Amino acid sequence: MCAKYGLLAALVFVASIAQAGPAIQHWQTQNGARVYFVPAPELPMVDVRVVFDAGSARDADKNGLAALTGAMLAEGVKTATGELNADEIAERFASLGAQFGAGADRDSASVSLRSLAEARLLQPALDLMAEVLRAPAFPAAAFERERNRMLVGLRQQEQSPGAIAGKNFYKALYADHPYAGEPGGTEQSVGRLTREDIAAFHGRYYVARNAVVAIVGALNRAQAEALAEQVAGLLPSGERAPALPAVAPQAAQTIRIPHPSTQTHILMGQTGMSRDDPDYFPLLVGNHILGGNGLVSRISNEIREKRGLSYSAYSYFAPMRVAGPYTLGLQTRNDKADEALQVLLDTLSNFVAQGPTAKELKAAKQNITGGFALRLDSNSKLLDHLALIAFYDLPLDYLDTYTQRVEQVTLAQIKDAFQRRIKPEQRVTVIVGGGAQP
Amino acid sequence: MYKRFILLLPLLLFLGAAYGADSATHEFKLNNGLKIIVREDHRAPVVVSQVWYKVGSSYEYSGITGISHVLEHMMFQGTRKFGPNEASRIISENGGRENAFTGRDYTAYYQQLEKSRLPVSFMIESDRMRNLLLKEKEFEKELKVVMEERRLRTEDDPESRTYEEFNGVAFQNSAYRNPVIGWMDDLENLTLNDLKDWYRRWYAPNNATLVVVGDVDAREVHKLAQSHFGPLKPGKLVSPKPRREAEQNGVRRVTVKAPAELPYLIMGYPAPVLNSLKPEDRWEAYALEVLSAVFSGGGSARLPKRLVREQQIAANASAGYNLYARAPDLFLFDGTPAQGRGSMELEQALRAEIKRAQDEPVGTEELARIKAQVVANRVYERDSVFGQAMQIGMLETVGLGWRVMDEYLDRINAVTAEQVQQVARKYLIDDRLTVAVLEPLPMDPDKRRASAGKGGHDVR
Repeated sequence: MCAKYGLLAALVFVASIAQAGPAIQHWQTQNGARVYFVPAPELPMVDVRVVFDAGSARDADKNGLAALTGAMLAEGVKTATGELNADEIAERFASLGAQFGAGADRDSASVSLRSLAEARLLQPALDLMAEVLRAPAFPAAAFERERNRMLVGLRQQEQSPGAIAGKNFYKALYADHPYAGEPGGTEQSVGRLTREDIAAFHGRYYVARNAVVAIVGALNRAQAEALAEQVAGLLPSGERAPALPAVAPQAAQTIRIPHPSTQTHILMGQTGMSRDDPDYFPLLVGNHILGGNGLVSRISNEIREKRGLSYSAYSYFAPMRVAGPYTLGLQTRNDKADEALQVLLDTLSNFVAQGPTAKELKAAKQNITGGFALRLDSNSKLLDHLALIAFYDLPLDYLDTYTQRVEQVTLAQIKDAFQRRIKPEQRVTVIVGGGAQP
Repeated sequence: MYKRFILLLPLLLFLGAAYGADSATHEFKLNNGLKIIVREDHRAPVVVSQVWYKVGSSYEYSGITGISHVLEHMMFQGTRKFGPNEASRIISENGGRENAFTGRDYTAYYQQLEKSRLPVSFMIESDRMRNLLLKEKEFEKELKVVMEERRLRTEDDPESRTYEEFNGVAFQNSAYRNPVIGWMDDLENLTLNDLKDWYRRWYAPNNATLVVVGDVDAREVHKLAQSHFGPLKPGKLVSPKPRREAEQNGVRRVTVKAPAELPYLIMGYPAPVLNSLKPEDRWEAYALEVLSAVFSGGGSARLPKRLVREQQIAANASAGYNLYARAPDLFLFDGTPAQGRGSMELEQALRAEIKRAQDEPVGTEELARIKAQVVANRVYERDSVFGQAMQIGMLETVGLGWRVMDEYLDRINAVTAEQVQQVARKYLIDDRLTVAVLEPLPMDPDKRRASAGKGGHDVR
């Protein structure tokens, strides 16, 4: 429906959690994959997600490699007991009523399965998932086709001023860092990918020590242990991917890209924070007030509620393995772009200079802590959090202590954190639209 | 988060929408006509509360298109009790999330809350059901916001523009021809008085359904609803005109030229829906539902298998059908040609698949696969309290009633291969086809001028 909606919802939701969380059980498979499990006996179903440190940050000079590897997993498997092609794999999952998916972002590659808990359906679905992870055949013909589809997807994105803005924002923010490239790659880089590249990437990164397994469903501990071994236990142990380099800040710049659109899309920001950033909570709560709480936030109030300049105006931190971006964004009709950008800048500067009011801080804390239960009210949301905790090595009591840590944030901490961290000399602004000059 | 967004494509959202018959769903009606449906789901200490109104773009007529959606935006702009945006602030401070959406057949408002905060939702919804202020200043500003929304979703998205023009041609008399967000010219000429009339006409307890799903006690919810909504006066309702389509006799074709990188194709055939079928013919809607799954129900379906993987004519292709529409609708196909392929080839390939569905019955295993997915989906969809409330609210609002979802599994299971073939033959008829094609113009304005000039010469 609306990509921006989904994206932001996911980020904000990942960024704020709390109160008494579920009891998370944690262990390792015999070959070294870390397993996280929450029993959910209410519905007769099971969700399992295997997450590898194999996102586009591992593409090196072959941008698009992680994404294409993910897309190729279910295109064919070859094992000692036989071969299956893409049709047979899809048919088998469907006939079991199972839902299978795979994908990659900058930090990680994920493979997910949702199945009914009934053993005669669950067991063969898990076996197939394990084969897809362990023994993908990467057939040459399928490789050509999927690479072409990726190229079509890239051209489709060129139609969208929002997508163009996002790509250029990352590129400017991260320069030579592995986060600079898009998970989908470029026409040039994808055009150069080979089947051998994919096989090598899979061999290096789809290994047990580089994997976490998150499980939520109608299982007991013994069943979950068996499931984890079944899905990931046959992967080679391998090695964890090395640490990503730290992010070097870039000098401020403004990039204008002409586009035949009626609106101008503006993205503004700088590199932000990592998952283990010491300023995590002050920045999170502060941004909730500035631009992270939908129409109730300051940015939306100034841009949309007061002036009617944009349908969506927002700001968010995307916490990643190393510093993810801090983004402020909006779209407005071309002739209003300068005005909207100025209001956005003023709102940010004012917030950094003055910090939030006591009333705003109280309201933000009430929103984050009072809505804690909503963040964990389904198996799929539980799975999202579990996979996040697992992948980023967050403590098992992360959810239990979350509201407390939000409550502890003070006005002074927010003001201090924003003043130290938000730097005009590192600000990147990307402006895409018909109002932009080449 | 982003409230006031609109539901655009009705494609596969509700495919496989069903949930087992259960005693945990309760139905009440207040004296003023407000219908209340409560489903208890005690898995988590949360509640979702939704108010659905029987009004949407299919209730609109020429000159005021988009009015239902603009009114939805204005519902956040103040009553005597709460100032503009104030209700949103109150919900936020109660840890809640809220939004609203407008579709062809409904307008709905919702809050997701920790279960003890349900009264906050009822306080706000009962107030704005009858006491909206509708002031000029807020209207002027909010109309600009809606126009920005239209630019974002439609003007600057060539596939959206193609879909909009497609609807305008595929439907002649049906109100489904109008975009939910409205034509830009109608938005520009909308007045505050238009909105006041529209609000008075449709926003009343006897035109609404309150749906509550979550960790609640149904009788308590009933009592709470009585105290908040009970005092509201009912309105005088006038049913919208049926606006039935005349029979189509010949293919209709639309071309949309717009700056784009890729061509895009949409095809549609008029199709009945549960609402428009006599009880004895209702199997047809379920057979069309299965037919749509034969084409594009997951990775093993025919369009991904044959058009994307085997023939490599399409980069993407899908079919869509909504058996729960309020009025007769379309059976849709859409797709993007693969690299080096054109929309004409894609159209021919889709029509060849249609012919195959008409000539041969669906295979036994193929049908079994589709049914296996439907069975599993009935469990999966219970994972989301929000999704359950959506189902109930939507079915009530289009006039089918929420119990229809309890029939879904049995009705789908009863569909035979012959019935699927029968509806394919009956409804996917050449002379009833509408085709829209997006013809890309260069994205770079300089190249566009150059190629337009050149194209002109070539034609001559």
